[in-house]
Amino acid sequence: MANYSTSEFKSGLKVMLDGDPCSIIENEFVKPGKGQAFNRVKLRNLKSGKVWERTFKSGDSLEGADVMDVAMQYLYSDGEFWHFMDQTTFEQKAADDAAVGDAKLWLKEEDVCEITLYNGEPLSVTPPNFVELEIVETDPGLKGDTAGTGGKPATLSTGAVVRVPLFVQTGEIVKVDTRTGDYVGRIKG
Amino acid sequence: MSDWLPTASLEAMKARAELMSTVRAFFAARNVLEVDTPQLAHYGVSDPHIQCIPVPGYGYLQSSPEYHMKRLLAAGSGPIYQTCKAFRDGEAGGRHNPEFTMLEWYRPGFALKDLIDECLALFAELFPGATSQHYHFRALFHHVTGLDPLKAEDSALIACAEQHGAPSDLDKAAAVDYLMATQVETALPAEQLTVVNDFPGWAAALAQTHQDRDGAVVARRFEIYYRGLELANGYQELTDPQEQRRRFEQDNILRQQHGLNIMKADDYLLNAMDQGLPPCSGVAVGVERLLMAGQGSDRIGQVLTFPWDRA
Repeated sequence: MANYSTSEFKSGLKVMLDGDPCSIIENEFVKPGKGQAFNRVKLRNLKSGKVWERTFKSGDSLEGADVMDVAMQYLYSDGEFWHFMDQTTFEQKAADDAAVGDAKLWLKEEDVCEITLYNGEPLSVTPPNFVELEIVETDPGLKGDTAGTGGKPATLSTGAVVRVPLFVQTGEIVKVDTRTGDYVGRIKG
Repeated sequence: MSDWLPTASLEAMKARAELMSTVRAFFAARNVLEVDTPQLAHYGVSDPHIQCIPVPGYGYLQSSPEYHMKRLLAAGSGPIYQTCKAFRDGEAGGRHNPEFTMLEWYRPGFALKDLIDECLALFAELFPGATSQHYHFRALFHHVTGLDPLKAEDSALIACAEQHGAPSDLDKAAAVDYLMATQVETALPAEQLTVVNDFPGWAAALAQTHQDRDGAVVARRFEIYYRGLELANGYQELTDPQEQRRRFEQDNILRQQHGLNIMKADDYLLNAMDQGLPPCSGVAVGVERLLMAGQGSDRIGQVLTFPWDRA
Protein backbone atom coordinates (compact mmCIF):
# COMPACT_ATOMS: atom_id res chain seq x y z
CA MET A 1 0.00 0.00 0.00
CA ALA A 2 1.00 3.61 -0.55
CA ASN A 3 2.23 5.80 2.30
CA TYR A 4 0.27 8.91 3.21
CA SER A 5 1.90 12.03 4.66
CA THR A 6 0.16 14.12 7.34
CA SER A 7 -0.80 16.72 4.73
CA GLU A 8 -2.82 14.02 2.92
CA PHE A 9 -4.65 12.89 6.06
CA LYS A 10 -8.32 13.59 5.69
CA SER A 11 -11.53 12.28 7.12
CA GLY A 12 -12.21 8.74 5.89
CA LEU A 13 -8.61 7.89 4.87
CA LYS A 14 -7.71 4.35 5.98
CA VAL A 15 -4.22 3.91 7.46
CA MET A 16 -2.28 1.36 9.52
CA LEU A 17 -1.41 2.36 13.09
CA ASP A 18 0.19 -0.02 15.62
CA GLY A 19 -0.65 -2.90 13.29
CA ASP A 20 -4.37 -2.17 13.12
CA PRO A 21 -6.39 -0.63 10.30
CA CYS A 22 -7.77 2.78 11.29
CA SER A 23 -10.00 5.38 9.70
CA ILE A 24 -9.06 9.03 10.12
CA ILE A 25 -11.83 11.07 11.74
CA GLU A 26 -10.15 14.45 12.16
CA ASN A 27 -6.78 16.01 11.33
CA GLU A 28 -5.82 19.30 12.98
CA PHE A 29 -2.71 21.25 12.02
CA VAL A 30 -0.88 22.84 14.97
CA LYS A 31 2.06 25.17 14.51
CA PRO A 32 3.79 27.25 17.15
CA GLY A 33 5.25 30.54 15.96
CA LYS A 34 8.03 29.61 13.63
CA GLY A 35 8.78 26.16 14.98
CA GLN A 36 8.09 22.51 14.33
CA ALA A 37 4.57 21.88 13.00
CA PHE A 38 2.40 19.05 14.27
CA ASN A 39 -0.77 17.27 13.24
CA ARG A 40 -3.17 16.13 15.94
CA VAL A 41 -5.12 13.27 14.51
CA LYS A 42 -8.22 11.43 15.70
CA LEU A 43 -8.56 7.92 14.30
CA ARG A 44 -11.06 5.12 14.74
CA ASN A 45 -9.52 1.69 15.13
CA LEU A 46 -11.59 -0.32 12.68
CA LYS A 47 -11.00 -3.56 14.59
CA SER A 48 -11.97 -2.42 18.08
CA GLY A 49 -14.09 0.61 17.17
CA LYS A 50 -12.11 2.66 19.72
CA VAL A 51 -11.14 6.26 18.97
CA TRP A 52 -7.43 7.07 19.27
CA GLU A 53 -5.84 10.50 19.47
CA ARG A 54 -2.27 10.80 18.23
CA THR A 55 0.08 13.68 17.46
CA PHE A 56 2.49 13.42 14.54
CA LYS A 57 5.24 15.70 13.32
CA SER A 58 4.00 17.31 10.13
CA GLY A 59 5.47 15.47 7.18
CA ASP A 60 5.51 12.07 8.96
CA SER A 61 3.65 9.37 7.10
CA LEU A 62 1.60 6.25 7.75
CA GLU A 63 1.12 3.22 5.55
CA GLY A 64 -2.26 3.04 3.87
CA ALA A 65 -4.56 0.21 4.98
CA ASP A 66 -6.05 -2.13 2.40
CA VAL A 67 -9.57 -1.35 3.53
CA MET A 68 -12.59 -0.80 1.32
CA ASP A 69 -16.33 -0.62 1.72
CA VAL A 70 -18.43 -2.76 -0.64
CA ALA A 71 -22.15 -3.36 -0.95
CA MET A 72 -22.99 -7.07 -0.55
CA GLN A 73 -26.19 -9.02 -0.24
CA TYR A 74 -26.74 -11.08 2.91
CA LEU A 75 -27.37 -14.73 2.02
CA TYR A 76 -27.55 -16.87 5.16
CA SER A 77 -25.84 -17.83 8.40
CA ASP A 78 -24.51 -21.32 9.10
CA GLY A 79 -24.30 -20.56 12.81
CA GLU A 80 -20.56 -19.82 12.72
CA PHE A 81 -20.30 -17.52 9.70
CA TRP A 82 -22.57 -15.04 7.99
CA HIS A 83 -22.36 -15.26 4.21
CA PHE A 84 -22.56 -12.30 1.84
CA MET A 85 -22.45 -12.03 -1.96
CA ASP A 86 -21.27 -9.31 -4.33
CA GLN A 87 -24.24 -8.88 -6.65
CA THR A 88 -22.14 -8.03 -9.70
CA THR A 89 -19.28 -10.56 -9.43
CA PHE A 90 -21.27 -13.17 -7.40
CA GLU A 91 -18.18 -13.52 -5.24
CA GLN A 92 -19.04 -14.65 -1.71
CA LYS A 93 -17.45 -13.66 1.59
CA ALA A 94 -17.93 -15.22 5.03
CA ALA A 95 -17.95 -12.85 8.02
CA ASP A 96 -17.27 -14.18 11.51
CA ASP A 97 -19.01 -13.17 14.72
CA ALA A 98 -16.45 -10.44 15.52
CA ALA A 99 -16.98 -8.81 12.11
CA VAL A 100 -20.77 -9.04 12.19
CA GLY A 101 -21.09 -7.88 15.79
CA ASP A 102 -24.38 -6.19 16.64
CA ALA A 103 -25.32 -6.04 12.97
CA LYS A 104 -26.50 -9.65 13.28
CA LEU A 105 -29.64 -8.34 15.04
CA TRP A 106 -30.69 -6.64 11.81
CA LEU A 107 -29.63 -9.08 9.09
CA LYS A 108 -32.45 -10.23 6.87
CA GLU A 109 -31.80 -12.48 3.91
CA GLU A 110 -31.49 -10.61 0.59
CA ASP A 111 -30.93 -7.23 2.28
CA VAL A 112 -27.91 -5.34 0.96
CA CYS A 113 -25.34 -4.42 3.63
CA GLU A 114 -22.11 -2.44 3.57
CA ILE A 115 -19.17 -4.74 4.23
CA THR A 116 -15.81 -3.26 5.18
CA LEU A 117 -13.09 -5.50 3.77
CA TYR A 118 -9.57 -5.51 5.25
CA ASN A 119 -7.01 -7.34 3.11
CA GLY A 120 -10.02 -8.75 1.26
CA GLU A 121 -11.73 -10.22 4.36
CA PRO A 122 -14.80 -8.82 6.15
CA LEU A 123 -13.79 -6.55 9.04
CA SER A 124 -17.21 -5.12 9.85
CA VAL A 125 -20.78 -5.21 8.62
CA THR A 126 -23.13 -2.22 8.48
CA PRO A 127 -26.81 -3.13 7.97
CA PRO A 128 -29.13 -0.94 5.89
CA ASN A 129 -30.34 2.13 7.83
CA PHE A 130 -33.88 0.76 7.76
CA VAL A 131 -34.93 -2.89 7.85
CA GLU A 132 -38.34 -4.55 7.78
CA LEU A 133 -38.66 -7.49 10.13
CA GLU A 134 -41.48 -9.71 11.42
CA ILE A 135 -42.57 -9.67 15.05
CA VAL A 136 -42.33 -13.21 16.42
CA GLU A 137 -43.43 -12.42 19.93
CA THR A 138 -45.11 -9.56 21.79
CA ASP A 139 -47.80 -9.24 24.47
CA PRO A 140 -51.29 -8.74 23.02
CA GLY A 141 -52.02 -5.04 23.29
CA LEU A 142 -55.20 -3.32 24.32
CA LYS A 143 -57.71 -2.83 21.54
CA GLY A 144 -58.32 0.76 20.67
CA ASP A 145 -54.92 2.03 21.84
CA THR A 146 -53.61 3.82 18.81
CA ALA A 147 -51.72 6.61 20.47
CA GLY A 148 -48.72 4.40 21.08
CA THR A 149 -48.03 5.88 24.50
CA GLY A 150 -45.57 3.85 26.51
CA GLY A 151 -45.36 0.92 24.17
CA LYS A 152 -44.18 -2.62 24.84
CA PRO A 153 -41.22 -4.83 23.92
CA ALA A 154 -41.46 -6.97 20.79
CA THR A 155 -39.05 -9.71 19.69
CA LEU A 156 -38.25 -9.72 15.96
CA SER A 157 -37.38 -12.69 13.74
CA THR A 158 -33.66 -11.89 14.10
CA GLY A 159 -33.82 -11.92 17.90
CA ALA A 160 -33.68 -8.11 18.21
CA VAL A 161 -36.01 -6.60 20.80
CA VAL A 162 -37.55 -3.20 20.02
CA ARG A 163 -40.22 -1.08 21.69
CA VAL A 164 -43.40 -0.94 19.62
CA PRO A 165 -46.79 0.74 20.19
CA LEU A 166 -49.40 -1.33 22.08
CA PHE A 167 -51.56 -1.92 18.99
CA VAL A 168 -48.82 -3.74 17.03
CA GLN A 169 -49.29 -7.52 17.08
CA THR A 170 -47.29 -10.73 16.63
CA GLY A 171 -46.96 -11.66 12.95
CA GLU A 172 -46.90 -8.07 11.73
CA ILE A 173 -43.95 -6.60 9.81
CA VAL A 174 -42.37 -3.47 11.31
CA LYS A 175 -39.81 -1.01 10.01
CA VAL A 176 -36.86 -0.30 12.33
CA ASP A 177 -34.04 2.25 12.22
CA THR A 178 -30.92 0.10 12.72
CA ARG A 179 -28.78 3.07 13.81
CA THR A 180 -30.91 3.69 16.89
CA GLY A 181 -32.91 0.46 17.23
CA ASP A 182 -36.13 2.53 17.15
CA TYR A 183 -39.47 1.38 15.75
CA VAL A 184 -40.39 3.56 12.76
CA GLY A 185 -43.72 2.15 11.59
CA ARG A 186 -45.87 -0.79 10.57
CA ILE A 187 -45.66 -2.24 7.08
CA LYS A 188 -49.17 -2.92 5.88
CA GLY A 189 -49.38 -6.43 4.42
CA MET B 1 -23.40 20.30 -4.02
CA SER B 2 -23.07 23.59 -2.18
CA ASP B 3 -19.25 23.82 -2.17
CA TRP B 4 -19.32 26.57 -4.79
CA LEU B 5 -20.52 28.91 -2.04
CA PRO B 6 -18.14 31.17 -0.05
CA THR B 7 -17.48 30.09 3.55
CA ALA B 8 -17.23 33.67 4.84
CA SER B 9 -20.43 35.50 5.71
CA LEU B 10 -21.15 38.92 4.21
CA GLU B 11 -20.41 40.39 7.69
CA ALA B 12 -16.97 38.74 7.63
CA MET B 13 -16.25 40.19 4.18
CA LYS B 14 -17.27 43.66 5.40
CA ALA B 15 -15.08 43.24 8.50
CA ARG B 16 -12.09 42.54 6.23
CA ALA B 17 -12.77 45.64 4.14
CA GLU B 18 -13.03 47.74 7.32
CA LEU B 19 -9.84 46.26 8.74
CA MET B 20 -7.93 47.10 5.56
CA SER B 21 -9.06 50.73 5.68
CA THR B 22 -8.14 50.97 9.40
CA VAL B 23 -4.67 49.61 8.60
CA ARG B 24 -4.16 52.03 5.69
CA ALA B 25 -5.26 55.02 7.79
CA PHE B 26 -3.02 53.90 10.67
CA PHE B 27 0.13 53.78 8.52
CA ALA B 28 -0.73 56.86 6.44
CA ALA B 29 -0.97 58.87 9.69
CA ARG B 30 2.49 57.60 10.67
CA ASN B 31 4.10 58.27 7.28
CA VAL B 32 4.85 54.61 6.63
CA LEU B 33 4.89 53.98 2.87
CA GLU B 34 2.69 51.26 1.40
CA VAL B 35 4.73 49.10 -0.98
CA ASP B 36 4.20 46.14 -3.26
CA THR B 37 6.73 43.32 -3.79
CA PRO B 38 6.65 40.14 -5.91
CA GLN B 39 4.88 36.98 -4.81
CA LEU B 40 6.66 34.90 -7.44
CA ALA B 41 10.46 34.92 -7.16
CA HIS B 42 13.60 32.96 -7.97
CA TYR B 43 14.38 32.27 -4.30
CA GLY B 44 12.33 31.08 -1.36
CA VAL B 45 12.85 31.17 2.41
CA SER B 46 15.39 28.71 3.87
CA ASP B 47 13.69 28.34 7.29
CA PRO B 48 13.42 24.56 7.83
CA HIS B 49 9.94 24.96 9.36
CA ILE B 50 8.48 26.77 6.36
CA GLN B 51 8.01 25.02 3.02
CA CYS B 52 7.62 27.16 -0.09
CA ILE B 53 5.34 26.15 -2.92
CA PRO B 54 7.56 25.69 -6.00
CA VAL B 55 6.41 26.97 -9.38
CA PRO B 56 8.12 24.90 -12.12
CA GLY B 57 10.07 27.04 -14.56
CA TYR B 58 10.04 30.07 -12.26
CA GLY B 59 10.95 29.53 -8.62
CA TYR B 60 8.71 29.84 -5.58
CA LEU B 61 5.57 31.52 -4.37
CA GLN B 62 6.73 33.71 -1.49
CA SER B 63 6.05 32.56 2.08
CA SER B 64 6.53 36.15 3.26
CA PRO B 65 7.55 39.47 1.65
CA GLU B 66 10.51 39.72 4.05
CA TYR B 67 13.46 39.34 1.63
CA HIS B 68 12.09 41.82 -0.89
CA MET B 69 11.13 44.36 1.76
CA LYS B 70 14.61 44.21 3.26
CA ARG B 71 16.04 44.98 -0.19
CA LEU B 72 13.81 48.06 -0.32
CA LEU B 73 15.09 49.10 3.13
CA ALA B 74 18.71 48.64 2.00
CA ALA B 75 17.92 50.80 -1.03
CA GLY B 76 16.82 53.59 1.29
CA SER B 77 13.02 53.31 1.27
CA GLY B 78 12.55 54.41 4.88
CA PRO B 79 9.63 52.91 6.87
CA ILE B 80 7.45 50.59 4.72
CA TYR B 81 4.44 48.28 5.04
CA GLN B 82 2.34 46.07 2.84
CA THR B 83 -0.52 43.63 2.96
CA CYS B 84 -0.05 40.76 0.54
CA LYS B 85 -0.80 37.12 -0.03
CA ALA B 86 1.69 34.61 1.31
CA PHE B 87 1.89 30.89 0.52
CA ARG B 88 3.06 27.93 2.63
CA ASP B 89 3.07 24.34 1.52
CA GLY B 90 1.28 21.86 3.77
CA GLU B 91 -0.22 24.41 6.13
CA ALA B 92 -3.92 23.68 6.16
CA GLY B 93 -6.24 23.27 9.11
CA GLY B 94 -8.59 25.10 11.44
CA ARG B 95 -6.29 28.11 11.70
CA HIS B 96 -4.17 27.72 8.58
CA ASN B 97 -4.72 27.99 4.86
CA PRO B 98 -1.88 27.43 2.34
CA GLU B 99 -2.66 30.90 0.94
CA PHE B 100 -3.23 33.65 3.47
CA THR B 101 -2.91 37.40 3.94
CA MET B 102 0.09 38.95 5.64
CA LEU B 103 0.46 42.46 7.00
CA GLU B 104 4.17 43.16 7.32
CA TRP B 105 5.99 46.35 8.23
CA TYR B 106 9.54 47.58 8.89
CA ARG B 107 10.75 50.50 10.95
CA PRO B 108 14.34 51.71 10.44
CA GLY B 109 15.75 53.04 13.71
CA PHE B 110 13.15 51.25 15.87
CA ALA B 111 14.32 49.01 18.69
CA LEU B 112 12.16 45.95 19.29
CA LYS B 113 10.35 47.67 22.16
CA ASP B 114 9.34 50.61 19.92
CA LEU B 115 7.85 48.20 17.41
CA ILE B 116 5.95 46.29 20.12
CA ASP B 117 4.43 49.63 21.19
CA GLU B 118 3.41 50.44 17.62
CA CYS B 119 1.93 46.98 17.17
CA LEU B 120 -0.12 47.39 20.34
CA ALA B 121 -1.26 50.83 19.12
CA LEU B 122 -2.64 49.22 15.95
CA PHE B 123 -4.29 46.42 17.94
CA ALA B 124 -5.87 49.02 20.26
CA GLU B 125 -7.72 50.37 17.20
CA LEU B 126 -8.74 46.89 16.10
CA PHE B 127 -9.64 45.53 19.55
CA PRO B 128 -10.86 48.51 21.59
CA GLY B 129 -10.47 48.08 25.33
CA ALA B 130 -8.15 45.05 25.25
CA THR B 131 -5.40 45.24 27.89
CA SER B 132 -1.86 43.97 27.34
CA GLN B 133 0.69 42.09 29.41
CA HIS B 134 4.37 41.41 28.70
CA TYR B 135 6.32 38.21 29.42
CA HIS B 136 9.76 36.79 28.75
CA PHE B 137 9.51 33.48 26.91
CA ARG B 138 11.72 31.75 29.42
CA ALA B 139 9.76 32.83 32.52
CA LEU B 140 6.37 32.17 30.93
CA PHE B 141 7.37 28.71 29.73
CA HIS B 142 8.80 27.88 33.15
CA HIS B 143 5.67 29.17 34.89
CA VAL B 144 3.36 26.93 32.85
CA THR B 145 5.45 23.77 32.44
CA GLY B 146 7.75 23.93 35.48
CA LEU B 147 10.80 23.61 33.21
CA ASP B 148 13.39 26.16 32.10
CA PRO B 149 13.37 25.89 28.28
CA LEU B 150 16.98 27.08 28.02
CA LYS B 151 18.67 25.33 30.94
CA ALA B 152 16.61 22.18 31.65
CA GLU B 153 18.03 18.83 30.52
CA ASP B 154 16.98 17.95 26.96
CA SER B 155 15.61 14.65 28.27
CA ALA B 156 13.36 16.42 30.82
CA LEU B 157 11.85 18.67 28.15
CA ILE B 158 11.35 15.75 25.77
CA ALA B 159 9.78 13.61 28.53
CA CYS B 160 7.43 16.46 29.47
CA ALA B 161 6.33 16.83 25.82
CA GLU B 162 5.74 13.07 25.55
CA GLN B 163 3.65 13.14 28.75
CA HIS B 164 1.43 15.64 26.97
CA GLY B 165 1.00 13.45 23.90
CA ALA B 166 3.95 14.43 21.70
CA PRO B 167 5.37 11.94 19.21
CA SER B 168 8.37 10.07 20.61
CA ASP B 169 11.19 11.13 18.28
CA LEU B 170 11.38 14.87 19.02
CA ASP B 171 14.59 16.78 19.65
CA LYS B 172 14.79 19.45 22.36
CA ALA B 173 13.77 22.38 20.13
CA ALA B 174 10.76 20.48 18.77
CA ALA B 175 9.76 19.44 22.32
CA VAL B 176 9.81 23.11 23.39
CA ASP B 177 7.78 24.03 20.27
CA TYR B 178 5.27 21.32 21.10
CA LEU B 179 4.86 22.42 24.73
CA MET B 180 4.63 26.06 23.65
CA ALA B 181 1.84 25.30 21.17
CA THR B 182 -0.14 22.82 23.25
CA GLN B 183 0.41 23.91 26.87
CA VAL B 184 1.67 27.49 27.09
CA GLU B 185 -0.38 29.17 24.34
CA THR B 186 -3.56 27.55 25.61
CA ALA B 187 -2.85 28.76 29.17
CA LEU B 188 -2.70 32.45 28.18
CA PRO B 189 -5.67 34.60 29.25
CA ALA B 190 -7.84 34.87 26.13
CA GLU B 191 -9.03 38.43 26.67
CA GLN B 192 -5.59 39.96 27.06
CA LEU B 193 -3.04 40.89 24.41
CA THR B 194 -0.08 38.80 25.56
CA VAL B 195 3.34 39.94 24.37
CA VAL B 196 6.06 37.30 24.63
CA ASN B 197 9.66 38.28 23.88
CA ASP B 198 13.21 36.94 24.13
CA PHE B 199 12.57 33.63 22.36
CA PRO B 200 15.26 30.91 22.61
CA GLY B 201 18.28 31.57 20.42
CA TRP B 202 17.62 28.52 18.26
CA ALA B 203 14.25 30.07 17.31
CA ALA B 204 15.80 33.33 16.16
CA ALA B 205 15.10 32.88 12.42
CA LEU B 206 16.22 36.32 11.13
CA ALA B 207 16.26 38.11 14.49
CA GLN B 208 19.31 39.41 16.31
CA THR B 209 20.41 37.40 19.32
CA HIS B 210 21.89 38.50 22.63
CA GLN B 211 22.67 36.94 26.01
CA ASP B 212 20.21 37.26 28.85
CA ARG B 213 21.23 37.75 32.50
CA ASP B 214 22.16 34.06 32.87
CA GLY B 215 24.24 34.09 29.73
CA ALA B 216 21.66 32.07 27.75
CA VAL B 217 21.37 33.04 24.07
CA VAL B 218 17.95 34.56 23.33
CA ALA B 219 16.48 36.13 20.22
CA ARG B 220 15.25 39.72 19.96
CA ARG B 221 11.96 38.38 18.76
CA PHE B 222 8.40 38.83 20.05
CA GLU B 223 5.01 37.33 19.46
CA ILE B 224 1.61 38.70 20.41
CA TYR B 225 -1.27 36.36 21.30
CA TYR B 226 -4.92 37.25 21.70
CA ARG B 227 -8.00 35.06 22.12
CA GLY B 228 -5.90 31.92 21.73
CA LEU B 229 -4.41 33.06 18.43
CA GLU B 230 -0.86 34.00 17.55
CA LEU B 231 -1.35 37.36 15.83
CA ALA B 232 2.11 38.88 15.35
CA ASN B 233 5.73 37.79 15.07
CA GLY B 234 8.37 40.53 15.16
CA TYR B 235 12.16 40.83 15.14
CA GLN B 236 14.87 43.27 15.75
CA GLU B 237 16.28 42.42 12.36
CA LEU B 238 19.58 40.76 11.73
CA THR B 239 21.68 43.20 9.66
CA ASP B 240 25.05 41.42 9.57
CA PRO B 241 25.50 39.79 6.12
CA GLN B 242 28.07 37.28 7.42
CA GLU B 243 25.66 36.10 10.13
CA GLN B 244 22.91 35.96 7.47
CA ARG B 245 25.13 33.72 5.29
CA ARG B 246 25.80 31.50 8.30
CA ARG B 247 22.05 31.15 9.02
CA PHE B 248 21.33 30.21 5.39
CA GLU B 249 23.97 27.49 5.73
CA GLN B 250 22.67 26.40 9.14
CA ASP B 251 19.09 26.19 7.79
CA ASN B 252 20.24 24.03 4.92
CA ILE B 253 22.16 21.69 7.23
CA LEU B 254 18.92 21.23 9.20
CA ARG B 255 16.92 20.86 6.00
CA GLN B 256 19.27 18.12 4.83
CA GLN B 257 19.01 16.31 8.20
CA HIS B 258 15.21 16.33 7.91
CA GLY B 259 15.16 15.14 4.31
CA LEU B 260 13.96 18.51 2.99
CA ASN B 261 15.06 20.14 -0.26
CA ILE B 262 17.97 22.56 -0.12
CA MET B 263 17.01 26.23 -0.61
CA LYS B 264 19.63 28.29 -2.39
CA ALA B 265 20.78 31.37 -0.45
CA ASP B 266 19.11 34.48 -1.87
CA ASP B 267 22.04 36.40 -3.40
CA TYR B 268 19.89 39.49 -3.95
CA LEU B 269 19.25 39.68 -0.22
CA LEU B 270 22.91 39.00 0.67
CA ASN B 271 24.10 41.68 -1.79
CA ALA B 272 21.61 44.14 -0.31
CA MET B 273 22.86 43.37 3.21
CA ASP B 274 26.49 43.76 2.03
CA GLN B 275 25.46 47.20 0.84
CA GLY B 276 23.90 47.83 4.26
CA LEU B 277 20.53 47.08 5.81
CA PRO B 278 19.74 49.94 8.21
CA PRO B 279 19.19 48.91 11.85
CA CYS B 280 15.48 48.17 11.98
CA SER B 281 12.68 46.13 13.48
CA GLY B 282 9.99 44.37 11.50
CA VAL B 283 6.81 42.46 12.23
CA ALA B 284 4.46 40.14 10.35
CA VAL B 285 0.78 39.91 11.30
CA GLY B 286 -1.71 37.35 10.03
CA VAL B 287 -4.69 39.30 8.66
CA GLU B 288 -7.03 36.30 8.87
CA ARG B 289 -5.98 35.84 12.51
CA LEU B 290 -6.90 39.48 13.21
CA LEU B 291 -10.29 38.88 11.63
CA MET B 292 -10.81 35.65 13.56
CA ALA B 293 -9.92 37.35 16.85
CA GLY B 294 -12.17 40.32 16.03
CA GLN B 295 -15.14 38.14 15.23
CA GLY B 296 -14.55 35.31 17.66
CA SER B 297 -14.22 32.76 14.82
CA ASP B 298 -12.45 29.51 15.56
CA ARG B 299 -12.08 28.43 11.91
CA ILE B 300 -10.06 30.37 9.34
CA GLY B 301 -12.69 29.40 6.74
CA GLN B 302 -15.13 31.77 8.46
CA VAL B 303 -13.01 34.76 7.39
CA LEU B 304 -11.88 33.53 3.93
CA THR B 305 -14.20 33.69 0.95
CA PHE B 306 -12.91 30.40 -0.41
CA PRO B 307 -10.47 28.31 1.67
CA TRP B 308 -8.15 25.97 -0.22
CA ASP B 309 -10.51 22.96 -0.24
CA ARG B 310 -13.01 24.90 -2.32
CA ALA B 311 -10.70 27.33 -4.14
